[in-house]
Parts: sequence; structure tokens; C-alpha cells
Amino acid sequence: MEMILSILIGVLYTAGVYLLLRRSLVKLILGIIFLSNATNLLIFISAGLTQGKPDFIAKEGEKTATAMADPLPQALVLTAIVIGFGIVAFTLTLKYKHHKQTGTYDLDQVKQTDQS
Amino acid sequence: MITALPILTPLMIVVFLLMAGRKVSWLKSIGLGGVILLFGVNIYIFQQVSNQGILVTQAGGWQAPFGISLVIDLLSAIMLAITSFVALMVGLYALRGINDQRHQRHFFLFFHTLMMGVNGAFIAGDIFNMYVWFEVMVISSFVLITLGSEKQQLEGAIKYVTMNLLGSFLFLAGIGLVYGKTGTLNLADLSLTVSQSDQPFVMNSSFILFFMAFGIKAAIFPFFFWLPSSYHTPPVAVTAMFAGLLTKVGVYAMFRFFTLYISQISPFWQTLLLVIAGLTMVIGVLAAASQFDIRRILSFHIISQIGYMIMGLGIFTGFALAAALYFMIHNILAKTAAFLAGGLVFEKTGSYQLKSIGGVFKEHPWLGLLFFMPAMALAGLPPLSGFFGKLFLIKGGFESSHFIITGIAIWVSIVTLFSMMKIWNEAFWKPHPKGDKGIKPLKLKPSMVYPVAILALSTLAFGLFAEWFMDLLLEAGDLLKNPQTYINAVLK
Repeated sequence: MEMILSILIGVLYTAGVYLLLRRSLVKLILGIIFLSNATNLLIFISAGLTQGKPDFIAKEGEKTATAMADPLPQALVLTAIVIGFGIVAFTLTLKYKHHKQTGTYDLDQVKQTDQS
Repeated sequence: MITALPILTPLMIVVFLLMAGRKVSWLKSIGLGGVILLFGVNIYIFQQVSNQGILVTQAGGWQAPFGISLVIDLLSAIMLAITSFVALMVGLYALRGINDQRHQRHFFLFFHTLMMGVNGAFIAGDIFNMYVWFEVMVISSFVLITLGSEKQQLEGAIKYVTMNLLGSFLFLAGIGLVYGKTGTLNLADLSLTVSQSDQPFVMNSSFILFFMAFGIKAAIFPFFFWLPSSYHTPPVAVTAMFAGLLTKVGVYAMFRFFTLYISQISPFWQTLLLVIAGLTMVIGVLAAASQFDIRRILSFHIISQIGYMIMGLGIFTGFALAAALYFMIHNILAKTAAFLAGGLVFEKTGSYQLKSIGGVFKEHPWLGLLFFMPAMALAGLPPLSGFFGKLFLIKGGFESSHFIITGIAIWVSIVTLFSMMKIWNEAFWKPHPKGDKGIKPLKLKPSMVYPVAILALSTLAFGLFAEWFMDLLLEAGDLLKNPQTYINAVLK
């Protein structure tokens, strides 16, 4: 399972970087989303995957499970996903505003601020 | 409890600002009152730390390696005090320097969330917590840079946002790898784990990710291109705030991480830091010399001067670390002052383009002086602060026989003087291209002039009392060089 997810992460990173390098602003944002999700998955599998052993604390009288999934990466990935949502919302708004002002999605047109 | 105050104070102000709605006068007074309060709080914390040593709070009562630790050591306390001082000055300038429309769209709210992120990054004792504060800071800065939605701003923001997000993802990926390899995210515990590990290279893969992430935030050599293409687009108060604080948070993170682990890793990192520092200094200053927009010249100088700080970290002796910290504080003060003074020139002449302005000194000798002091501090003229910053760094370099990088530092400092003289000659000294009509007769508002004057005088004071400050920073440098005190304080 880790192997499949690792390959998936690799594919997502590749696709993300490829999209970042395209000329279209929309594809740039898609690239950001891909990279963000690839990173989230990386965090998620960082402690290894444990199947079918949820990290519950036992009730009184029950025995605590000896093996359970590491809860920390799950907490981390939740935080990271929420931050990712915020970022995507912001970049989409930025795209909308920029398109309204300039009427273009072409990143080759976005070079006025680099000229002195 | 007081350890959390640098985060809680801005949060409280943000709530009040939201309650004020869209009434500009309320927003302004709450915003400014908030910065004054924050400054007071951070000075109090600085006092506590210098009396009692490291302050530690374990959030939620979970013990150190498991819970979230908030740690304020001497370095954090100094950074907290100095950043909130600069924020106070920028806040005062922004009352008039930012137009009412932007105030109505909650300039001060994002100003305070930015401060919350910056303060949080300084006091985080846990890598993931630090990441979260970085995000708070970065997202607030996204809003500040686009506030007003001018075409230039949106364009600059696209570059700024993309590069900073890339940095955040690299940081997060590094965190994932660290957790997979060591099973801990607490900075102190991690330092201990790495030093006891029998694999000396265990951290290298995640460290190169951290290095790139902080490198992007700090704008060091191969990662700096976003900075000069976005920093000159928002109003100058925002630019001054970013220039003074944001890149320095990246540098702070590098100091925190590398001092906790570098001694245990290898000389490879030291060499890498020194090479990057040299390239950052040279390329930044050469690019600055070729520009004709005041804000772009100053933006490229930020990059060049980040190189000096990284140089101190690369040399890695207690004295060089202290010198780099001295240089960082000097740079925060002088850079903000120079940007704000540039803003005053804009108020007077209506342009930042050196070719179309001039004659400011003849009309306003005082304004000339206000720009001259921070500019010469950046160039390194005695008795201003930059002179001592560079002197200490060069002394540190020679003492540990790093001759090449020290030579580069001296050369770069001369080129810095050249480009500062360029601004001086073009904007202040030469006659205005349109004769006497070019300068607007309008009087500068005192609330914009005083912050610049105070900042300019503080660069002078920081130079004149260099000995006292250096004693303090040597102590901080010693603490950084020997992380054992930090580790013991956090883990008890």
C-alpha cells in the first residue's frame, strides 16, 4: 500500500511541476493544487500505514489495543488540508481579479513588474 | 502563560477590528492602539527573558516531545521586541500612508494577523507549529500585497504567491520526511535525537528541503526572483513592513534550525551556506546597481544583505553568529527607514523613477537627512549601525580564516555605497528635470515624518551603543552555538 501511494505522490509532484511551468494561469493554479495534495499525502504516509487499527483510546474495562495507527500524521494532514483549501480559495480569487483587470490568462503577459 | 501573549494580543486586536466594521476612524485607532499594546507586551517579555532565561509553555499541559511547546529564548525575545518596534513605526506611518479605501478594506486587520504569524514563528518550539505560523504570516501577506487590486499589485502577487506557496510545500514535505525518520517534531527533542543517532546523514534529505523552503522565504541566491518583481507593487508602508520583517523570519528560521543541527551534521552545510551567501551578496548588489526605481534598488539590496546574515551563519562561531544577529537587527531598522523615506520622496515628487525626479534636497534638507541616515547605515558608514554590523562580521570572518567570503563582503559593501549614492544624486542632489515646478508644495504630514525620523535615529543609536547591544547578542550567539541549554529548558 505504501508503495502504491509513494508512486502516486511521485506522479502528483511530476504533474504539479509540469503544470506550474505551463503558460496558462489556470494551469498554474491546478499545479499548485496538485503539489499541495502530493505534500498532504506525503505527510499522511510518513509514519507508515496501519490498516484496520484505528487510534481509539479504549473504554474503561476494555483492553487498549496493542497496535494502532499513529494519530499524529492524521492530525497534521487535517491541518495541512485546511490550509490548502484556504490557499486554493485565495489563488482562485486572485486569478478572477487579475483576469478582470487585464483580460488575459497568459503568463507571458505578466512581466510588467519585472521591467525597471 | 505570558509565553503565548505575542500570539494572543494580535488575535484579540483582530477581534476588536472585526467588531469595528468599516468605520475608518475606529479601525485606525484600534489598529494603532493594538500595535502600541503589542510593543509593550513584547518589551515586557524581553525583560522577563533577559532576567529569567528561557520561557517555556507546554500548550494544553502535554509534556514536551508530545505536546506543542512555545519557547522564547533570548534570540526569540530580541526578534519579538525589534519586529514589534518596527511594526509600531510602520503602523504610525500607515495612518496616512495607506489611503482610506484600503483602511476600510481592513488593512490593519491583516497587519495584525501578519504580526501574529511573525510572532508565532519566533516562539514556536515545534516544526509543524512553525509551519502553521508561517502560513498565517504568508496568507496575511498575500492579502496585504493585493489589497487595493491595482493591476501592478495583482501581477506582482501572482509571482509572490506562487513562489511562497512552493516554499511552503517544500517545508511541509520536509516535515513529513523528518517525522517518518525520527518520529518527533519537537525542535529540542529532534536535536537530541539527531545528535544521538548513529546515522550522520539521517537529516540531510529533509534538511535540503528546509533549506530551500527557508531560502525562498529569505530570498537567497537561486530563489530570490519573486522579491524584486513583487515588493515594489503595494503601497510603500506595506513594502516597508515586508522588507523589515518577512525575509528576516526566513533567516530566523535558518538560524534556529541550523544552529540546532548543523554542528552534528557535517562541514558540507557550512560550505554550502558560505557559497550561497557569497553569491547572494554579489548578485543582489550588482542587480541593484543597474536599477532606476527607488523601491527596486532597495528591494535588490534586501537580497544582498540577506547574504551577510547567511555568511555569519556559515562561519558559525559564537562571535560571527552574534555579528549576524547584529546585522539582522540593523537591517530591519535601516531597511524599513529607507523604504519609508522613499515613500516620503514619492509624496513630494509623485514618482519613484530616478530619471523623472530630483531636487528634493534643495526644497527639503530635512527629508534629505532622513533618507541619508538609513542609506548610509545600509552602506556602512560610521557611526551608523551598518558600519558596526559589517565590522563585526568581517572580524568574525578573519578570525576564523574565511578570507574569500570576507573579501567579497568588503567589496559588496563598496558597491552598496555606490548604489545608495546613485539614489542620493538622482533624487536629492540633481535639479528636478522640470525645474522648480516639479516639487509639490504640499506639506508632509507629521504622522508620516516622525516614524521615519525615529527609525533613522534608531539606526544611529544602534550604532552609538553598539557595545551594549553586542554584549547582549554575544550572549544570544553563545546560546545558539551551544543548543544544550535550549534543549534542557524545553525537555526539562
